[in-house]
Amino acid sequence: MENEKNILEVRNLQVNFKTYAGDVKAIRNVSFDLRKGETLAIVGESGSGKSVTTRTIMGLNARNADITSGSILYKDQDLLKKSDKEMESIRGQDIAEIFQDPMTSLDPTMRIGKQIAEPLMVHKGMKKEKALAQALEMMKLVGITDAENRINDYPHQFSGGMRQRIVIAIALINYPEILIADEPTTALDVTIQAQILNLMKELQDKISTSIIFITHDLGVVAGMADRVAVMYAGKIVEYGTVDEIFYNPKHPYTWGLLSSMPTLDSSGDELPSIPGTPPDLLDPPAGDAFAARNAYALKIDTEQEPPFFKVSDTHYAATWLLHPDAPKVTPPEQIVERQKKYAAMQKDLVAKQRPSVPVEEQEEQQ
Amino acid sequence: MAKYLAKRIFYLILTLFIVITVTFFLMKLLPGTPLTNQAKLSKSQIALIYEQYGLDKPVWQQYLLYLAGAVRGNFGTSFQFSDQPVSYLLSSRIGPSLQIGLQAMIFGVILGIIVGAFGAMRQNTWVDTTATVVSILGISIPSFVLAVLLQYYLGLKLGWFPIAEWGGFIYTVLPTLALGATPLAESARFVRTEMVDVLSSDYIELAKAKGLSRTGIIYHHALRNSLIPLITIVGPLAVNIMTGSMVVENIFSIPGIGEQFVKSVLTNDYPTIMGLTIIYSFMLCVVLLITDILYGIVDPRIRITGKAN
Repeated sequence: MENEKNILEVRNLQVNFKTYAGDVKAIRNVSFDLRKGETLAIVGESGSGKSVTTRTIMGLNARNADITSGSILYKDQDLLKKSDKEMESIRGQDIAEIFQDPMTSLDPTMRIGKQIAEPLMVHKGMKKEKALAQALEMMKLVGITDAENRINDYPHQFSGGMRQRIVIAIALINYPEILIADEPTTALDVTIQAQILNLMKELQDKISTSIIFITHDLGVVAGMADRVAVMYAGKIVEYGTVDEIFYNPKHPYTWGLLSSMPTLDSSGDELPSIPGTPPDLLDPPAGDAFAARNAYALKIDTEQEPPFFKVSDTHYAATWLLHPDAPKVTPPEQIVERQKKYAAMQKDLVAKQRPSVPVEEQEEQQ
Repeated sequence: MAKYLAKRIFYLILTLFIVITVTFFLMKLLPGTPLTNQAKLSKSQIALIYEQYGLDKPVWQQYLLYLAGAVRGNFGTSFQFSDQPVSYLLSSRIGPSLQIGLQAMIFGVILGIIVGAFGAMRQNTWVDTTATVVSILGISIPSFVLAVLLQYYLGLKLGWFPIAEWGGFIYTVLPTLALGATPLAESARFVRTEMVDVLSSDYIELAKAKGLSRTGIIYHHALRNSLIPLITIVGPLAVNIMTGSMVVENIFSIPGIGEQFVKSVLTNDYPTIMGLTIIYSFMLCVVLLITDILYGIVDPRIRITGKAN
């Protein structure tokens, strides 16, 4: 998978957190690539290790974090081997991050213009006036109305949605190669969510940045991402293009996630949920960590960890169900529906245009 | 802002009026008279002196007379210091007190901020522990005990500083240290707690994500936000220094108003007690007013003037 289109390559990453109770194995052998210009969504429930993964990339893990193995290659350099000083010059310049809660992620005592201009002054050594002028441009770009007059305002004078626009402006001011968005819309009203997501997509085109989009909200993923990685208990259990994950999921955990997402045609009174709770990562179970909650678990799931099985060139899933010797199981009804739709879609596409189909065009059919 | 200031000044005057009233009557309840120690005086002499100072009138009349005088800036003459006007007595003695008080405040708070900030930045290391121990000592040792210890070790044993004289700056060092210990300890403790809180906040995380260096984060983001709550304790600290100075000035023989306050209470020197009380209350009110204004300057969320829109 090492090719030039990858801007970031995470390999065999393992992160433990040292606690009094023992080592919490938060990230257990995670590998993925981020391609230039794409949006990769990392999906999973709380505690699955999504945020730890991105914090490790940023070099911002808590002090008790211990990276036991792995590499994070960015422009042929391993970020894990960088010194603190070197990481400082990468953060906010090459890799920027948007945080979850815009209400608390801005400094309450600093004018927002200066907050946006700060990365320019830090990384480009720009003078304050010049940096503020660029900050003003960026404010306009992220859609803050009356930017000239508002540049000297303080965060408390803005609404949540506007503040998240400011946070986005801060992240993008240096045109970073990689933007990490850690649940950027979770704290916002649903009506504002869509605006912010649209803004991010729009800016991604303008600035041509790659995005790692962390979320637990599959609904958001469908519209945002090119590819999706599903994380569970510190591991990636399935990854593929958006269509592959949404319409042809192979891992029972992905089935569970998708089934528990309300859709327009979901019928019945009750929204299905995944029974049980995630395993204790102080002492992860042998075999597949999801086995205990998995109605389709095989005996081997409790004994041996499943490797990744290839579904297509872009689609891999770590479940023993894909092993040639595994018994054939029928996924939940909703998933079967999705798979049927997907098959029809594929047929349509093949009929319409013979050559290989870029992922982007399939998206419109969702 | 002007309207706000006018309002605050009105309250200041009201506060002073209440202080004068309460102090006046409480003072009259004190046992003894200004002439208690003058056993040699005959009854008729005493009556004469009483009449001269108006002490023969009923208390309420004395009160009204005092108020009338105070409004015109006449605070009476001292009983104990050979008929000097109180206003002259105080103005000639307030200098050393202000100097010691301000020095102690500045030394204590600034060093406290530094100690507290370092404690927070190196949380749970020996630096932090040392800072905590210093704060606990500073808070628990009364200033007069510290004053005596300083005199003994730094003054007597090591001979670095003069003990009980008043002259140039060198004479102010020990009293400043003695008085500054409490503000140092209090602000160190306060800043540490605040800073630990601030350092774990989301906007510090964002500052890190921007690529700011450690010092940049502390200087540009953490410090200002941790210092805001410190302003609230500046008022109480000033009170602490003022009360502390009464004893400490005595110990170091500083010719200040604190020393005089103690003397005047002991001798029932009514006009001096009143004058000093007014001065102390006035200084305290001004400190509180300044902290309120400072609050607005440091924290934009509670700025007194709204933008005229």
